[in-house]
Amino acid sequence: MALTTEQIEALQDLGHHVAAALSDQVRETHLSKDELVVSINRQDVVRVLTFLRDDPNCLFVQLVDVCGVDWPERDERFEVVYNLLSLKHNQRVRVRLTASEDTPVPSVVEVFKTANWFEREVWDMYGVFFSGHPDLRRILTDYGFEGHPLRKDFPLTGTVELRYDDEQARCVYEPVRLTQDFRNFDFMSPWEGALDPNVAATARALPGDEKASG
Amino acid sequence: MAQTEIKSYNLNFGPQHPAAHGVLRLILELSGEVVDRADPHIGLLHRGTEKLIEYKTYIQAMPYFDRLDYACPLNMEHAYVLAVEKLLGTEVPPRGKYIRTLFSEVTRIINHIMNTTSFALDLGAMTPMLWGWEEREHLLEYCERASGARMHMAYFRPGGVAKDVPDGLLDDIYAWCDRFEKFMVDMESLLDGNRIFRQRTVDIGIVSQEDALNWGFTGPVLRATGIPWDLRKAQPYDAFEDMDFDVPVGKTGDCYARYLVRMEEMRQSMRIVRQCIEKMPDGPVKVDDNKISPPSRPEMKRSMEALIHHFKLYTEGFKVPPGETYTAVEAATGEFGVYLVSDGTNRPYRCKIRSPGYVHLQGLDLLSKGHMLADMPANIGSIDVVFGEIDR
Repeated sequence: MALTTEQIEALQDLGHHVAAALSDQVRETHLSKDELVVSINRQDVVRVLTFLRDDPNCLFVQLVDVCGVDWPERDERFEVVYNLLSLKHNQRVRVRLTASEDTPVPSVVEVFKTANWFEREVWDMYGVFFSGHPDLRRILTDYGFEGHPLRKDFPLTGTVELRYDDEQARCVYEPVRLTQDFRNFDFMSPWEGALDPNVAATARALPGDEKASG
Repeated sequence: MAQTEIKSYNLNFGPQHPAAHGVLRLILELSGEVVDRADPHIGLLHRGTEKLIEYKTYIQAMPYFDRLDYACPLNMEHAYVLAVEKLLGTEVPPRGKYIRTLFSEVTRIINHIMNTTSFALDLGAMTPMLWGWEEREHLLEYCERASGARMHMAYFRPGGVAKDVPDGLLDDIYAWCDRFEKFMVDMESLLDGNRIFRQRTVDIGIVSQEDALNWGFTGPVLRATGIPWDLRKAQPYDAFEDMDFDVPVGKTGDCYARYLVRMEEMRQSMRIVRQCIEKMPDGPVKVDDNKISPPSRPEMKRSMEALIHHFKLYTEGFKVPPGETYTAVEAATGEFGVYLVSDGTNRPYRCKIRSPGYVHLQGLDLLSKGHMLADMPANIGSIDVVFGEIDR
């Protein structure tokens, strides 16, 4: 699936084109692993996606995917990522914006119908609110579920477990009880990178290196 | 006669309904027998795959992909290993690429046999299922011979495949292709011109090209509307570049067109299978880098180095350089993509699974609006939903 040089150049040109046409909306464009990434301001997402869909040089008529990523240490902890596909030009582009728990992201359901369930999923999994969404319900989790499971601070085991109770003759929810905690091994080695003097000097060249000094 | 007001009412379709193809709870708003609105409630099979993957090493995360779309498991694995390889910057040896291409087409046929025959069963035709599953069983047996498991094969690895195919397997698959051609003719003679089958599929669930694009449809559902878009052609991965095959498209975008596209796709997949076997190169099946792929068993027994590599690989796994990629393959149901974010550790930081069934099921409302209740099984069957990948 490696791209040819022309295809990479075409993607670079497209990045310049988008950045020039939407200079107020686009923060930056860059190529990462031969994939075009466009970082935008949160409030302009509808404008940008409409442009990408309708501009004759773009024609990204399919919204392939919307997903969230959680970076708890950042100010605005959530990233919302839109992956688009242009059938005409055979190109893909990734549009990225940031959000926090309290900042709503404008919904793009008006631009792409397919965004409906994707945005519901991001809301369900991360708790990113989409303003203007016609029907922002939870989608994958249980009826009456609490919490947003894909947040990094949500425990892997969850918080409640479900079982059938014979006496009450119905399903009951109870807090999760485990006989053994989930064993989350730390595989980061403090030794790697230590042999290379350049790497050791810059420190944190590899995750786990900080343990060697600390 | 006095006019009577027909009150619309809601109908709960599923979650235990044989034509729901899994655990689909579908709330139908009906006026009389006509569907006004279809609201699928999904998530009954939600297992938190994406969350689990964040706690597994890159190799341990692989078998989860079999369990997404369990009807064509290797396509899912394919997307994942391609994404990991892209982040690692690994190049797979030619034989590995050909074997992956071969088996991804074999599972495509497995999926399409299952889909088209159960689609026919939903519409009242029982024989195709009985015949088709015999052929499917042969293919599952070939998968078992290659990987050790019938369905959840876990055969692909970042950097190639787990092991080379056993002697004689390729010849058997090649011989099977001839028999399968005969089966295809038989099955088409049962269904293509069948009056009942046509009455229940032609002009049911029509999707226009604009709608198909706007709703994000991919795969056979998109191609049935007449858009010749196939990732194997447009953005070829592994050995698809060397393959000679056609992309079938439909004209009408209805259930019948989707059925026809799938039938023709099986033929094309068979062509690719044959070409893969004819052109199969010799050589290694996985990268010669023990940091990514394990050393061979005999070597491990003799060499200290190999033993250490083996141990490190299966406890700690390998570290993937920081980066992110969206990698997609043409799975049997449509575009299956993996958005993989790595933070440089031995576990994926985020692995978003883009499943085609999720998008297609969302479009069920579009497909069924204005149709009769009895057309629902046809619509559900024709978009090929598998709840493993929808609920994830």
